[in-house]
Amino acid sequence: MRVQKKTVVLDVRHLRTEFGTQERPLVAVDDVSFQVAEGEILGLVGESGSGKSITLRSILGIIRPRGRVAGEILWNGQDLVPLDEARLRRIRGREIAMIFQEPMSSLNPLLTVGLQISENLVAHTDLDARARKARAIELLDLVGIPAARSRLDDFPHEFSGGMRQRVMIAIALASNPKLLLADEPTTALDVTIQDQILRLIQSLSRDLGMAVILVTHDMGVVAETCDRVAVMYGGRLCEIGTTTEVIADARHPYSLGLLRSIPRDVAPRTPLYSIPGAPPALNALPPGCAFSARCPVAGGDCADVRPRLQGAGALRQVACHHLQDALAHFGPREAAQ
Amino acid sequence: MTMPMPMQAGPIPLLSLCALSMRFEKRRSLSDTLARRPQQVVSAVNDVDLDVMPGETLGIVGESGCGKSTLARLIAGLHRPTAGDILFEGKSVVGLKGARRRAYNRRVQMMFQDPYTSLNPRMTVRDTLREAITVHRMRDGAAIDRRVDELLDLVRLPEGAADKYPHEFSGGQRQRIGIARALSLEPTCLVADELVSALDVSIQAQVVNLLIELQDELGLTVLFVAHDLRLVRHVSHRVAVIYLGAIVEIGPSEALFSKPMHPYSKGLLAAAPSLDPSARRRAPALVGELPSPLAIPPGCPFHVRCPHATERCRREKPALRPVGAGMTACHFAETIGDA
Repeated sequence: MRVQKKTVVLDVRHLRTEFGTQERPLVAVDDVSFQVAEGEILGLVGESGSGKSITLRSILGIIRPRGRVAGEILWNGQDLVPLDEARLRRIRGREIAMIFQEPMSSLNPLLTVGLQISENLVAHTDLDARARKARAIELLDLVGIPAARSRLDDFPHEFSGGMRQRVMIAIALASNPKLLLADEPTTALDVTIQDQILRLIQSLSRDLGMAVILVTHDMGVVAETCDRVAVMYGGRLCEIGTTTEVIADARHPYSLGLLRSIPRDVAPRTPLYSIPGAPPALNALPPGCAFSARCPVAGGDCADVRPRLQGAGALRQVACHHLQDALAHFGPREAAQ
Repeated sequence: MTMPMPMQAGPIPLLSLCALSMRFEKRRSLSDTLARRPQQVVSAVNDVDLDVMPGETLGIVGESGCGKSTLARLIAGLHRPTAGDILFEGKSVVGLKGARRRAYNRRVQMMFQDPYTSLNPRMTVRDTLREAITVHRMRDGAAIDRRVDELLDLVRLPEGAADKYPHEFSGGQRQRIGIARALSLEPTCLVADELVSALDVSIQAQVVNLLIELQDELGLTVLFVAHDLRLVRHVSHRVAVIYLGAIVEIGPSEALFSKPMHPYSKGLLAAAPSLDPSARRRAPALVGELPSPLAIPPGCPFHVRCPHATERCRREKPALRPVGAGMTACHFAETIGDA
């Protein structure tokens, strides 16, 4: 585990992203704060509509002009929120790169893979054509594409899903980014290929000292890949801490319920724990805790009074009014696996 | 184990697949024809023998493109196999036509992955269910509406749901409508192709619980095709692992998951993300990708990715044979399985 003090590269403070009109805004991300250190992999986990992807996009400034971002996004001390497009472009794609869930729709189907890597090298480096080609081969090799040299002239459709995601990562790495934003990069892939891509991201982060924010809905992916994890619900953070701590000993009723609904050490074919109801719509969030409507331990104040993130242990924060009740409700987990 | 396990010899299987194969011919382009290139053939399902016992849940797992959905669709009668036979209660169903075809279709119902595209957006839930019930003449007159309410109750949808359109429901609720539609025909066997894959984790558990409950209540046989191994382990009595259109291992769920014998099953299970951060690996569990079903490797189809492959594996295709609690198609299952 890497828990020792490392330089914080990204410091997000009170991020708020909203869409719609000023009078009736839809708040997709509400008062989200977290930090990412160099070489660290932070998992951002939540269900569809929890705001995890919008958080990533807000960092990169790609939700404007329709979305409005407030709060601070400090990238090595510099706030990205007030930057104009031109200045943002010097950071976006160069220092901070992003990969998406659907590599086929992010790659240009009409350009060869070599050309698409070169494009990024032209934009962000001063390499000449020959050096760019050499670098492109090096990058494809780095992300584990066999016979890299012979594949430069291939088009995206000639690659499999897993190989396309590797190409996307190669393009993202072209500018030597210090932070990689990965938006469900393995959701469309098979478990075996997902495993290969996650191991690749892990080794790149370790070898290049690159920070990664990995958005996923799968707690298993987090457990196997991330150093720390932030659990999101209804656009808010409900729990953040080291992966080991959150998985083994979750505190927020939502994280507890989410982990409990995954079958592990339960008798086969017995009812699984399920969180009642469905995630709330953004226009129907209560003023208090977003999870209160589905929460088994919600009290009278939960729907009205917003719980703040509070320290629970040295490295963890939880936003819940009823931590004791939550632990009592879900009971201690048998440690045996 | 206290679970009712289907016996090997006792009752006759509900469903038997005998040397079942499905090949899709790729369309030849004009230039292929002019150049006299041979026709390309996708071998999606190869020579599969499989018995499904009444009342059991058989899990079918494998990577995308391994043929698990084709297998499900063959069973549901959506494809006609190119070779082999499907027996339902001992009788062949491959060449059925007319009323007999409809009778089989009624008894084997398929449920699909995508709750957004498998329901007609212009039909209310009531219309969707009524259509199924009237086509198969399950009920008459006023009994139809009573049955609709009964079905919605069965899948735990609220009373007012019948007169709403699919877009008014969440993904999990739509999947319940799909289940209600399948159950409206009082089937014997349900084929669930990635039933919960499109749903959020917290909703998956609700639908899986419902499926298990309904199965026990109605005595259904279920084929559960999925790629989420944790869920398959949870719902299945037996599990078949498919690789390039063939079964490489089949056995009781707990035995297979706790001690897989085939190197592919081992790799597949190890690749599935576990919830134990201490079980982290630096190297991927399985290298390489599924070869194209247009050109299945000779010998053991898995030998190109197998860490244990020998000369024999490149030459000789291993047959599915009893190993441990189940059946495995590997020349070296005993030595590898115990490793």
